[in-house]
Amino acid sequence: MVGVVTSEEVARLARERRRWEETTLAESLARQPERPARFATLSEAEVARLYTPEDLPGFDYLRDLGFPGEYPFTRGIHPTMYRGRLWTMRQFAGFGSAEDSNRRFHYLLAQGQTGLSVAFDMPTLMGYDSDHPRARGEVGREGVAVDSLLDMEILLRGLPLDRVTTSMTINAPANVLLAMYIVAAERAGFRWDQLGGTTQTDMLKEFIAQKEWIVPPRPSMRLIQDMLVFGTRHLPRWNVLSISGYHIREAGATAVQELAFTLADGIAYVQAGIEAGLDVDDFAPRLSFFFDCHSDFFEEIAKFRAARRMWARIMRERFRARHPRSWWLRFHTQTAGVSLTAQQPLNNIVRVALQALAAVLGGTQSLHTNSMDETYALPTEEAVTVALRTQQIIAYESGVTHTVDPLGGSYYVEALTNRMEDEAEAYIRKIDELGGMVRAVELGFPQREIAEASYRYQQQLERKERIIVGVNEFVVPEERPIPILRIDPEVERRQIERLRRVRAERDERRARAALDALARAAEGTGNTMEAVVECVRALCTLGEICDVFRAVYGEYREPAII
Amino acid sequence: MAASAVRILIAKPGLDGHDRGAKVVARALRDAGYEVIYTGLHQTPEMIVNAAIQEDVDAIGLSILSGAHMTLLPRVVELLRERGADDIVVFAGGIIPEEDIPALRAAGIREVFLPGTPLQSIVQWVATHVRPRGVAA
Repeated sequence: MVGVVTSEEVARLARERRRWEETTLAESLARQPERPARFATLSEAEVARLYTPEDLPGFDYLRDLGFPGEYPFTRGIHPTMYRGRLWTMRQFAGFGSAEDSNRRFHYLLAQGQTGLSVAFDMPTLMGYDSDHPRARGEVGREGVAVDSLLDMEILLRGLPLDRVTTSMTINAPANVLLAMYIVAAERAGFRWDQLGGTTQTDMLKEFIAQKEWIVPPRPSMRLIQDMLVFGTRHLPRWNVLSISGYHIREAGATAVQELAFTLADGIAYVQAGIEAGLDVDDFAPRLSFFFDCHSDFFEEIAKFRAARRMWARIMRERFRARHPRSWWLRFHTQTAGVSLTAQQPLNNIVRVALQALAAVLGGTQSLHTNSMDETYALPTEEAVTVALRTQQIIAYESGVTHTVDPLGGSYYVEALTNRMEDEAEAYIRKIDELGGMVRAVELGFPQREIAEASYRYQQQLERKERIIVGVNEFVVPEERPIPILRIDPEVERRQIERLRRVRAERDERRARAALDALARAAEGTGNTMEAVVECVRALCTLGEICDVFRAVYGEYREPAII
Repeated sequence: MAASAVRILIAKPGLDGHDRGAKVVARALRDAGYEVIYTGLHQTPEMIVNAAIQEDVDAIGLSILSGAHMTLLPRVVELLRERGADDIVVFAGGIIPEEDIPALRAAGIREVFLPGTPLQSIVQWVATHVRPRGVAA
């Protein structure tokens, strides 16, 4: 068993390994050499032919793995994992109008989905109203358009908000959308302490990778501090912040970079919460994470295990958190959109299944499986159903849920977990030396590292050092067209009409007063989140509220790094 | 024609932040010897055309993954025409359904590169189709 290997046994093992190499292996290689392929993970770590206890020097089971539900949580944050409760099957959805999205939510709940997830369109993500000149052609395209409280009320109509949890993928204007959610829920008869869900709110990864921003990094951190304080006071079941590696990975980062930059972002937020006067144990238990799951099966599993162990140590040792819940790294996973191919799209179902399996073996708390047609557009209903069924097949047919952390103790997986932790720690040290993640972002450090990794990867594809089935190998000339979802251009027109009606019919004096109060809070030290809630009640629009932030803090301009 | 005599603007119209493709293509063209200017994100067609004229480029590569290609890409060509700069070659790449390509071509987008296109094909296409503007024949 790993962990109880004595030095004498290791010496004997080394002798035996050399004997095996000189006899059995040498004979085999003489007859049949290995393929000329490069054996390396997607993070470009060389993979050995064979792993044995020799690859785990100094391995200590209790220190390095421990028991599930206990520090350092390498094997999982819950003692029984999926024997107790399966992961939440949460499919990201949202397109067109609020009415369209609301209909899809009701459909997904009827299909057995247990959590809702909202995708917003680009203008909403950037804090522009649907009638802003920059919104032209973008309204309702990559998600739902939300301009005012009215849209949010339509989006949530008839949903059991005390029983479902809602995840909103929103960052720069997260404070506005959260305010709309809680005010809409309140008007539908729910109490704030009943509302469970997540806003992403992770601006650092926006500057690093996803690139939907409004104001510069430092004021962005201030707005997040105000949300953390507000959430701690009023929303006991809401995760204000979901620290996201997904977009970092999709932008071309390696698994190690995803791991390192995400945890470094987490460190910056915990620091910010403490600096806002919160006790670490009052808000850390509600921080959650969001990772990508790419195609390198074992590397992804090792990444999740390393992430749990590293975060537990960071929270306990660096931030002196005392509550075990503060040490937990809870995470949502989405399979890698970037790994899907437009060519031979049915193959994507298989890619997604393997990635989803890795996420489950890595101990995820919730999972989104991509649909086969997502390289082209938002998924059709059939494609979404297949993606959800993939999760159900893993959950109910494969048997992988019967035991906790089934790959724990695998020499390869443990060695890879250790190596990823070492490499990610080196990045975190580097970021600490630069002065923390906010400074590193201002300097363009993670942005440059990702651009480099992404270019290297593309070159490997070109040289066929990496094979993508159907793209640079096994290519067929004829492609099967798949049905794709089209967004009716009428959506934009109707959305703008509704927005203008809201502006025309509201109490203009109250709206102006609320925006003025927000500006004062933003310039001073008042809690901006409280002020945003009043703006939303006064039917101020998303764009108007974000204009206040633009006026007070200025707009962010990215240094163009190639 | 030496690649270095040719200037190319790589631009990101629209609000999406997916700049991985734009950056990779920009680097590949630069490595192939072209002078490449990258606009950065979230550019309006007006901003792109201004940059193209100011920088006196010979071609514009537009990268878009937001779904707004039918609105924004033809607008770039239209503005170039209005400014008398429609000899600038415009090509595009991103998530664009194949059935939209004929309309984009008709609007003056010379080529559309879909996901999975080898960088080498893009570099070769540029070598074949882009010449320095205003150089006396």
